[in-house]
Amino acid sequence: MPEIILRDRVVADPWQVLRPEAGAAPELPAGPVLVPLATWLDQADALVGRGDAGVWIASHEDPATLRAWLDRLPLVAVDFPKFTDGRGYSIGHLLRTRYGYRGELRAIGDVLPDQLDYLRRVGFDAYAVRADKDIRDALRLLTTFSEPYQNSWEPPLPAFRRVARGQVTELPR
Amino acid sequence: MYVYDQVDRTIVAERVAQYRDQLRRFQAGTLSEDEFRPLRLQNGLYIQKHAPMLRVAIPYGLLSSTQLRKLATIARKYDRGYAHFTTRQNIQYNWPRLEDTGDILADLASVEMHAIQTSGNCVRNITSDEFAGIAPDEILDPRPMAEILRQWSTFHPEFAFLPRKFKIAVSAAAEDRAATAFHDIGLHLEKDDSGGIRVRVLVGGGMGRTPIVGVVIREDLPWEHTLTYVEAILRVYNRHGRRDNMYKARIKILVKALGPDEFARQVEEEWVHLKDGAGLLTREEYDRVAAYFVAPAYATLPSVDAAQESRLADDAPFRRWVGRAVRPHRVPGYRAVVLSLKPTGVPPGDVTADQMDRIADWAERFGFGELRVSHEQNVILPDVRLSDLHVLWQEARAHGLATANQGLLTDIICCPGGDFCSLANAKSIPIAEAVQRRFDDLDYLHDIGEINLNISGCMNSCGHHHAGHIGILGVDKDGAEWYQVSIGGADGSSAGRGRSAIGKVIGPSFAADAMPEVIARLIETYLALRTDGERFIDVVERTGIAPFKTRVYATPVASSQPAEEAADA
Ligand code: SF4
Repeated sequence: MPEIILRDRVVADPWQVLRPEAGAAPELPAGPVLVPLATWLDQADALVGRGDAGVWIASHEDPATLRAWLDRLPLVAVDFPKFTDGRGYSIGHLLRTRYGYRGELRAIGDVLPDQLDYLRRVGFDAYAVRADKDIRDALRLLTTFSEPYQNSWEPPLPAFRRVARGQVTELPR
Repeated sequence: MYVYDQVDRTIVAERVAQYRDQLRRFQAGTLSEDEFRPLRLQNGLYIQKHAPMLRVAIPYGLLSSTQLRKLATIARKYDRGYAHFTTRQNIQYNWPRLEDTGDILADLASVEMHAIQTSGNCVRNITSDEFAGIAPDEILDPRPMAEILRQWSTFHPEFAFLPRKFKIAVSAAAEDRAATAFHDIGLHLEKDDSGGIRVRVLVGGGMGRTPIVGVVIREDLPWEHTLTYVEAILRVYNRHGRRDNMYKARIKILVKALGPDEFARQVEEEWVHLKDGAGLLTREEYDRVAAYFVAPAYATLPSVDAAQESRLADDAPFRRWVGRAVRPHRVPGYRAVVLSLKPTGVPPGDVTADQMDRIADWAERFGFGELRVSHEQNVILPDVRLSDLHVLWQEARAHGLATANQGLLTDIICCPGGDFCSLANAKSIPIAEAVQRRFDDLDYLHDIGEINLNISGCMNSCGHHHAGHIGILGVDKDGAEWYQVSIGGADGSSAGRGRSAIGKVIGPSFAADAMPEVIARLIETYLALRTDGERFIDVVERTGIAPFKTRVYATPVASSQPAEEAADA
C-alpha cells in the first residue's frame, strides 16, 4: 500500500484518487476514494452516505463550492499539478481559515519534500509525497523554520504578536 | 539601521541549513535540476553563461560598513574581486562556484545579510528611497514599513510559488525615488491631518514585455492595515493570475484583464476577511522597528562652511563634482554624497573589493557607518559633513570613485547583458562604454544636463530601458545583436519632473557600432530644440518623438553590420 505523511508520521494510505479521463463517466471503485470536485458536486448526497468518499480539488477550482459539505467530508485533497503551481496553498488556507474545514487536508500530485513546511503552515496535515521521493527523509523537512514571521493557519499569530521581539544584547551598529 | 533579533537570526540560520541540505541533495542527484531550480532561484542563485551568479539582497538599499566589508571579503574569497550593484538594490557576484554558495550564505548571515527571495516567482527584495531618513522632502521615514514588509514577505508560506516574480517598493517623500509606479505594488506613505500614517496603494506597474504604469487602487489606507491589504492583493493574484504563459503571468496582466476597478473590488472583498485579524499591525511593533531608524547623533553644525565655500570658488573640478555628487540633507551642515559607479570603461554598477573597503572606511570616517545603494546603481554616503567634502573628494578620486556624472548622460543604468546573463539578446555593457567614450567631454555633458539613459540586454528590462529618458533595448534578429531605441520614458523621480511614463520606440533598430552616433543625433536634436531650462525629457514631452525620429533616420548611420531590413521595424 502507498504511504503518506499524516501529521508527523508516515502511514499506509488506503485512499484511491479517482482521476477520470476528460468526458468519461467516472466509475467509483469500492473502498476509500477521493473523487474530483465535479463528481462530488454531482453525486454529493450519495457520496456523503458512503462515509469513505472524499473530494480532491484542482488548483484552478474554487474551494468555496464545497462549503455546504465541509463538515461532512472526511478528507479533502488539493492537487498540485506541478510543484511550482502555488494556487493550492491559497486553497488550503481558505479551506482552513475562511470555510472552517477541520478534517484531513491532504496535498496530492507533485508534492515534493521541500514544500512540506509551507504546506503545513497554510493548513495541510497530510502529504502524499511523490512516490519517487524518500518520504521518511521528507519528514525532517516538515518544520524547516521554527519561528516564522507571518501568521497563517500555523502559527495563527505573526511573530510580533507571538514572541517578545527585539531580544538582542548588542547595540545597533 | 535594523538589527536582527533572535527571530531574524534563527530564520536566516535555518535558511543557510536548508540551502546546504538542498545543495547536498542536488549534488547527490536526489533533487533533479528542474526541482532544484526554483529552490536555488529563491536563494538568488542563477546558472549563468560562464558560472553561477549569486544575487544578495540589500533590503531597501541600506548597508552598514561592516556589511560592505563582508561583501568585499566575499568578492575576494569566492569571486574575482568585484561585484555588481543592480537596479533593485541587490548586489551580484558573477563568478562564485556552486559548491561555495552555502558558505557564502553563511558568511552573509554573519553580518545579517542573505540572498532570500532575490529571484524566483516570489516576493522579491523590498526596495525604497535611497535617501530615506535624510531627504529634506521626506514626509516620513519609509524604512520601518519596508523592514516590516521584508519580514512579512520572507518565507510567506502561501506566496512562495506565485505565477511570476513580485516586486514591492515603498516611498514616503515628495519625490518618488523608488520608481514605485513600475512595481507590482507601490506604496506611498503619507501623513493625514492628525499625524497618522496613510498608505496609497498602486498595483500593476512593471516593465518587461508589456510595460505598464501602476494604478492607484486604494487611497488613505491606515498604516496598520498595510500587511493585510498586501496579503489580500497577493491572494487574489496567486489564485487568479495567469499561469499558462510566463509573459502574461505578472499581476499587471491580471489588473489589465479585470480592469483596475474590478481588481480593486476583489481585493477589498478579500481584505474584509483579514483587515482586523492577526495580521493587523500593532503600534508596538511599528515603534519597535522604527526605533532602529532613529536619526544618528548629528552634530550641531553651521549651515555654511567657510573653507568649503572658498574651495568651491577656487577649485573648478571640485565644484563640478559637488554640483553632481552632493545632495541636500535635512540636517544643517550635512550632505549626502552619491559616489558614481559609472566611470568610463567600468561596467555600470561594478565595484571592486578594494573600492568596497574604501567606501566602508569613508562611511565610518565621514558618517555613522552607514551606506545606501540606489536603483541607479550608485553608492551613497548619507551623512557627510560639509567640511569633509573636499578630503572625501580627493580620496574618492584616488580610487576611481569621483566621476562627476551623477544624473548625466554617462550615469547609465545598465544590466549585465550578454556578457554575463544567459537570458540576454544582446550585450549592454559595451554599448554603455561606447556612449561614455563618445560623450567624454565633461563640459558638454554638463551642458546636456539631466538625462537618464537606461540599457537592457533583453525584454526582461533589468536595465529599466522603458523608464529611461532614452532607453536602449537589446534585441536578437536572426542571431545578430540589434538595439531598439525609445525616448520619453520617466521613472517618477524629479529627473523627469515626477512623471512616470513608458518610452516610445523611435523606429527600426540599430547595430551596436551605430549606437553612439544615434545617441549623438538624439542629443543634437534636443539641443537644437530646447528653450531655456528645458531638459531632454521636457523637449520630448513638448514635441513628441517626431523631430527626434526625423533627425536620427535622416541619413543612414554608419555601421559595419549589414543594415536591418526595413520591414523588420
Ligand atoms: S535585462 Fe535581460 S539581459 Fe539584462 S540582466 Fe535582465 S535578463 Fe539579463
